[in-house]
Amino acid sequence: MIIALIYAAIFVVAFIAVRIVSKFMTARRDFTSLKTVTFGDESAVSPDRAATVFSVLGIFLIWGAFTGSSLTPIHVPGPFIGDTSFSYTARNPDGQTDDASVAIRVHVVGEEVEPPEIGDDSGFAKNDAATIAAWRSGLVRVRRNDEGGREDGYEVVRVNGQSIEPGKIVEVDNGTVSMTAKGTLSFEPEKGWQMEKIWLPAPEDVWSRLVEIASDGYRNFTLVEHLGWSLIRVIAGFALGSLVGIPLGYAMGLSNWFRGWFDPIVEFMRPVPPLALIPLVIIWFGIDETGKITLLFLAALWIMTIAARAGVSGVNITKIHAAYSLGASKWQIMRHVIVPNSLPEIFTGARVAMGVCWGTVVAAELVAAEKGAGQMIVAASKFQLTDIVIMGIILIGIIGYGIDILMRRAERFLVPWKGRS
Amino acid sequence: MEGLLIDDVSMRFELPNGSHVQALQNVSLNIANGELMSVLGPSGCGKTTFLNIVAGFLAPTAGNVELNGSAVSGPGSERGMVFQQGALFEWMNVRDNVAFGPNMKGMSKSESSGVVDHLLETVGLQDFKDKAVYELSGGMQQRVALARCLANDPDVILMDEPLGALDALTREKMQGLVLKLWKETGKTIILITHSVEEALLLGERLLVMAPRPGRIHKEYRLPFADMGVGADLREVKKKEGYAETREEILTMIWDMEEEIMGRAEAAQ
Repeated sequence: MIIALIYAAIFVVAFIAVRIVSKFMTARRDFTSLKTVTFGDESAVSPDRAATVFSVLGIFLIWGAFTGSSLTPIHVPGPFIGDTSFSYTARNPDGQTDDASVAIRVHVVGEEVEPPEIGDDSGFAKNDAATIAAWRSGLVRVRRNDEGGREDGYEVVRVNGQSIEPGKIVEVDNGTVSMTAKGTLSFEPEKGWQMEKIWLPAPEDVWSRLVEIASDGYRNFTLVEHLGWSLIRVIAGFALGSLVGIPLGYAMGLSNWFRGWFDPIVEFMRPVPPLALIPLVIIWFGIDETGKITLLFLAALWIMTIAARAGVSGVNITKIHAAYSLGASKWQIMRHVIVPNSLPEIFTGARVAMGVCWGTVVAAELVAAEKGAGQMIVAASKFQLTDIVIMGIILIGIIGYGIDILMRRAERFLVPWKGRS
Repeated sequence: MEGLLIDDVSMRFELPNGSHVQALQNVSLNIANGELMSVLGPSGCGKTTFLNIVAGFLAPTAGNVELNGSAVSGPGSERGMVFQQGALFEWMNVRDNVAFGPNMKGMSKSESSGVVDHLLETVGLQDFKDKAVYELSGGMQQRVALARCLANDPDVILMDEPLGALDALTREKMQGLVLKLWKETGKTIILITHSVEEALLLGERLLVMAPRPGRIHKEYRLPFADMGVGADLREVKKKEGYAETREEILTMIWDMEEEIMGRAEAAQ
């Protein structure tokens, strides 16, 4: 919630700042800048590159600020680390009371520290010392060294002068003190707003983990092998799906018999999410490559079939008529008219299919695999290696985005006439 | 027999609801080689059905079509088509579009390049050979379509409202081009149009068709196409008889439209 508000604040502040700065710069005088009606004119909306930069920076800023990263200059308050103390008042069975202080040293998780020094004091309640890790809480058994502290009727009644009883929480410097049902004090140092590493590691931790895994590998496979295997599965599944799906789609677009025969199959299989097929595919083919490639083949097959079928039915009949009256044979019409005319549709389908395959391969690897991007993150999550999980998610995203950009490039290069007829 | 013979052609479409539409009824026509005939009529008079039958895309329910003595039973390269729009192949450049017919017959690109270059020069597109067709204006695209049709050296050219999608100025220029091509190549041309002016200017013979059932209503033989070859078409429109014929045909078509509307109202 707080993070959402901060994000919204960054959004607004960046917007206002860019507006103010751009006022002092010379405005561009292009065609769009002269339009008076831009609200509702989609063609007048282009991404503001400053907004893009601020958006990415904003995410890293929030990420860094909430993880105590060394990359970001500002941080939200972190957990308390250092020495603090509070005092307590104990009452012995005779009804006498005495004060003593508790010195606490809060340290970074995993570090070994000595408890702080404590001075002598008079009275039956004696001073105590304890060490507690940041983000944790710890019992402080103050009665243990008190004179008569183990007798019945001896109890701690006040902390820092405020009365305390089981279930009640008293605020003290740098933390809170509560009492367990058995009457033992428990100190919980302030956690601050920062996230602990096992929930969210800092960006530089993820980066250093990436460097480490890139050179040393993870679970017997290098990073390149993990990602490469995922990609190989996607490409193999997609290639097989296209190899079968495109001719099938053409056949369905050109022949009544094929259309009638395969319509129920395609229409039935199309709405079945590939993820729903994972259990069946594992039962039939096991968890090795055959199963995964079969799954991806099925994920790509129907998409490519439908794309090719739509490509054929999208051929303007006048083009077919023109080709016939120019003396083309059926085969020539197929080769020179129907296939090129359906390429834009097939490319759109291929982009969708690659996206679906990439998502499906990661999911399939989450379920069962010994290598692959999905396997890497699911294995890491079992050991609370959140940095590997986040690194994996980012890499999966980057690769998926990269695939889409490559497909779009290829599309622009191979079918420049798309949308121009 | 030489020329295009349309012998008692009828076309009847059965509708799914049991009724039928008589798109053409007993249409008979002889078109000599080298004639330019324009076909005019209100919508629904069967002009396009007539053209599709001649092209071989539709088989008539009765009658037959013969070109130079051989029966028409399907599309063929001896009957070229020019469509209103959308018939060019966007994945080919201008040159490959024009060379499509010869290439389909097995001519290599270098063999066909002479014909293609000559035709592109004829239609005034010699500087646009390597352009993609979607980069051209509508008028230029129709020039490509004309050149592509001529590249096959057909006996008959069938034009289905080839200039219908063009703006008025481009249209006038293209009308001049059609006349020029007709005279230079000596092809038989059947031109379907919605424009009375166009039909008058281009048609050596002008066929007015009537709807429901589609049939030949009246035929004119006109001198304006010959006058218009290489001349200013606006001057032709001032010639004697032009305005009168135009008015006569317009009235004829208006009456048909009114009759259709009246029948539709009566049916309601």
